[in-house]
Amino acid sequence: MSDYYESEDLKKFGDIGKHGKQLADDFFKYYGNATGTDGALSKREKALIALAVAHAQKCPYCIDAYTTQCLETGANPEQMMEAVHVAAAMLAGITLVHSVQMQNHLEKMVL
Amino acid sequence: MKSAVQLKALRPRSKYDFDALLRERGMALAPAAVDTLQVNITKTCNQVCRHCHVDASPSRTERMSPEDLARCLEILARHPQITKLDITGGAPELHPGFDGFVEKAVALGKHVMVRHNLTVQLDGHPQTKESKEYLPGFFARNRVEVICSLPYYQQFFTDSQRGAGVFAKSMEAMRRLNAQGYGAEGSGLELNLVCNPVGPYLPAPQAGLEADYRRELKAKHGLVFNRLYTITNMPINRFRLHLEKSGQYEAYMDRLLAAFNPAAAGGVMCRSLVSVGHDGRVYDCDFNQMLEMDAVDAKGRRLSIRDFDFDRVLSRPIQFDEHCLGCTAGAGSSCGGATA
Repeated sequence: MSDYYESEDLKKFGDIGKHGKQLADDFFKYYGNATGTDGALSKREKALIALAVAHAQKCPYCIDAYTTQCLETGANPEQMMEAVHVAAAMLAGITLVHSVQMQNHLEKMVL
Repeated sequence: MKSAVQLKALRPRSKYDFDALLRERGMALAPAAVDTLQVNITKTCNQVCRHCHVDASPSRTERMSPEDLARCLEILARHPQITKLDITGGAPELHPGFDGFVEKAVALGKHVMVRHNLTVQLDGHPQTKESKEYLPGFFARNRVEVICSLPYYQQFFTDSQRGAGVFAKSMEAMRRLNAQGYGAEGSGLELNLVCNPVGPYLPAPQAGLEADYRRELKAKHGLVFNRLYTITNMPINRFRLHLEKSGQYEAYMDRLLAAFNPAAAGGVMCRSLVSVGHDGRVYDCDFNQMLEMDAVDAKGRRLSIRDFDFDRVLSRPIQFDEHCLGCTAGAGSSCGGATA
């Protein structure tokens, strides 16, 4: 293999149980319950949240998987793009709010 | 020449072998009734949709002969068990005998459904240039159920699948149907919509998507309808070619196989209808028709409208192949939408 992030590898997600089946089984049960069922949030809302997280965490597997999941739950491109903007805005905000720390320290450092 | 069924038997075992899947699950799918005659009267269409399993287009010329239209009506007249006529194409309104076919079936007391692509109202006949603007009034006078293709309640998906400008024309065509009373509560004029995904993925759950369509079409366009049917794209013909060219065929088939739902399988449409091709041959469904997988009776003899025998049709073994995974995935898929 010469490249990281082969799209074919997404199919091998289930193989994470190869050297730890019980923990993998526990994880997939939790994962399915959390993301793949209608609850207080609909499956579509969960798919849009997952799409935003996939972008924030820069996971190409998850971006493919949750783009499909958004389509299969009836979301449209505007909703999907807005979810990515929420992720982008949050990341920008998280970066910028740390400037308060920078300013706090700056005040200590400057006479 | 070998039949499609014989050719299937010669192929190596596929991981998408539908018959084997049914055997493994201990399931047998036999006809439960024949209450619908679905007739594909022409392959001519004013549109060229990217997912079309018929490969219909403005340049196709195949159409049912007047004699075979009459045979279909005679079958309907002779069989009170067949209560519904489902007319499809292509755009069936482009067949020169369409109006008479509808009127005579209605006169027989049958429930007539027309698979209407909406835009034909405004585009007219692509070959003869004949106007089709009379259709909403014609449908209303005959009180036919109109089943219209609309893959989404927004322009982007609709035009991607069905061609540039189709969404705007579809909204105008729906407005004209609404003006006749179609979709209005209490009118008895049924306007149902069909949503096919615009790519290799399963349709969204029907009830939720219907609520979205109802809210958005009313709010943005002032339009009403009765029901939304979600239909899975079949991996055959034009759509299969797209899947193969884009390297997605296997992934799509894997998706269908993984989503196999026994509850959906029980409600597949081939258990309650038969499909008739423009040449009078009989098939288990419109998809088998496009693959030329003829329906056969219990003795393996091909079925046709020329010697239509209800008992032979009802006791036939349904012909399955890989594409049948499309009807049994997720919530299921049929001409009347989800099956589970």
